Amino acid sequence: MDQTAARKATTEVPSIPCDAEGPVFREPWEAQAFAMALTLHDRGVFTWPEWAAALAAEIKRAQAAGDPDTGETYYRHWLNTLEGLVAAKGVSTRETLLRYRDAWDHAADRTPHGQPIVLRPDDFR
Amino acid sequence: MTDHDHDHHHDHSELSELELRVRALETVLTEKGYVEPAALDAIIQAYETKIGPHNGAQVVAKAWTDPAFKKALLDDASKAVGTLGHVGRTGDHLVAVENTPQRHNMVVCTLCSCYPWEMLGLPPVWYKAAPYRTRAVKDPRGVLADFGISLPKETEIRVWDSTAETRFLVLPMRPAGTEGWSEQQLADLVTRDSMIGTGFPKTPGAPS
Repeated sequence: MDQTAARKATTEVPSIPCDAEGPVFREPWEAQAFAMALTLHDRGVFTWPEWAAALAAEIKRAQAAGDPDTGETYYRHWLNTLEGLVAAKGVSTRETLLRYRDAWDHAADRTPHGQPIVLRPDDFR
Repeated sequence: MTDHDHDHHHDHSELSELELRVRALETVLTEKGYVEPAALDAIIQAYETKIGPHNGAQVVAKAWTDPAFKKALLDDASKAVGTLGHVGRTGDHLVAVENTPQRHNMVVCTLCSCYPWEMLGLPPVWYKAAPYRTRAVKDPRGVLADFGISLPKETEIRVWDSTAETRFLVLPMRPAGTEGWSEQQLADLVTRDSMIGTGFPKTPGAPS
């Protein structure tokens, strides 16, 4: 996969924040969330029109709930969409994602500052 | 800091709620064979200059042109950077270390919250690798040689290992031949690697 795939994504999903050269991100996790969507699309889990519709619905929900829609929250909606589609397509369940989220939280808690955070089996409790 | 110190922000790692969810997704998708971490890294690396506000170069350029700011930066980098007004959450416990002909500074840290990505953009892949950290401490000159950097024998190399709560920014030496340059022109010479200490700023006139 290369930049062509990313460019195609920005054409198919025109709301993606971009500069003249392509997507821009406020924080590293946003780029990670972007890369995962790109990869799942590449694997055929969803099409871009499907993604765009799910993301639009997510943004609409957030706005209804009072999201200021200033662009700062764009990748929050992106991440919600990703989790939603992963569950809807049977790739994983929300319960599993939550279990892994808690395990990472535990891993961070027991990792001294400055050490790489690595997930261990006993982080799943 | 002792084992009994449970001051939560200082003695262990922190991941934000969003980072936790992203890591959870990545782990699950990897285990199920949908994504490969190396492939994700490759995509992200393509955007390494597109993440975060990248204000480190501005800070360095300002320090090169404004002696009062430079002094303030070396005294208390968090405070000095805070006065620039465009930095957002950058600057918590930030320490600037100045390169001189006598001393070259180099920063190591495995990837954790102490990497000042707001200033530097994304850390390079090699920076996260355990061998870099280990070798940088034991054989800094060898590591620098790998990056194509050679320093005079008499230059001391100081390696800064990020400790709890401290993040480092290397203030590289201003390149010769830039007298009278504007801050913006100077900022264009400042590379990420020069602010980690594994590179020098670009040379004026050299093709970028």
